[in-house]
Amino acid sequence: MIILSNVLVLAALLFCISVAGIFINRKNILILLMCIELMLLSVNMNFIAFSHFLGDINGQVFVFFILTVAAAESAIGLAILVVLFRNRGTINVDDLKSMDG
Amino acid sequence: MIEQTVFYIFSALLLMSAGLMITVRNPVFAALFLILTFFSSSAIWLLLEAEFLAITLVVVYVGAVMVLFMFVVMMLDINLSAMREGFAKYLPIGVLVAILMALSMGLVINAGEFGLVSDSIQRHSADYSNTSELGLALYTNYLYPFEIAGAILLVAIIAAIALTMRSPRSTKTQKPGNQVAVKSTDRLRIVKMKVEKPADDPEEVSKKDSEVTTVVKESP
Repeated sequence: MIILSNVLVLAALLFCISVAGIFINRKNILILLMCIELMLLSVNMNFIAFSHFLGDINGQVFVFFILTVAAAESAIGLAILVVLFRNRGTINVDDLKSMDG
Repeated sequence: MIEQTVFYIFSALLLMSAGLMITVRNPVFAALFLILTFFSSSAIWLLLEAEFLAITLVVVYVGAVMVLFMFVVMMLDINLSAMREGFAKYLPIGVLVAILMALSMGLVINAGEFGLVSDSIQRHSADYSNTSELGLALYTNYLYPFEIAGAILLVAIIAAIALTMRSPRSTKTQKPGNQVAVKSTDRLRIVKMKVEKPADDPEEVSKKDSEVTTVVKESP
């Protein structure tokens, strides 16, 4: 029998892994975008766990909307990344400092 | 119990693939491990009776978003060695932050019962449809947010196309300013000329001496 704490601990560990991924891969924008997707996935898992254990369908509706917004976000982010690479020839975060004060 | 065993297997797969995703060297492998993460979390969502969203995760994420990621990873020519600079430098602080965050989240999770009556939840019967239940909620209470979500997707389509479109476009467009500013003399020029050679038949003879107005079209 799965209990609520199992799923919550799993989602918390997934979130921590993605935060560590943002710290570790801070040079590569592609991996940063993937880590953001992983964070949204762990939040969605929390929503689904509570929706299941409270017997309330509204949590799954929120997951639906989060999936929609995450898909739009990654599409626009990758488009910006392609334009950035076309103009600069790099996606290294350290090279993108033309707006430094 | 078999359900718990399946849950633990997929949880281990999920955490392992997520850990490999953030540490692997090649972005292609990172995207592939992210796909494995999505698959295993979809299996866990199936265990939690969220069937529609589990299939949506596979179809939308693995089928569309991750293909987009793979496309971009393959298309960009990335210098891998420059990307790995500072990996060892930031590894300790990343692990430290992750452990601290896990500890604080564990304290929150152990603290309360979250308003649950009991941990034993009622399983739905075999003829219960998660999709129709979700659709009932989505098209009644959440109709307005649903339409906003559609507008967000439309904006995403337009933004992605507008961002990646190159400037010398091959499409033909109108310039409304020039269209409004044009005058009739720019389009038409009336040239008066004499008839050169009269014909013999009477229809042509009748207007023999009159001047024929010829309209010459000019391109603006």
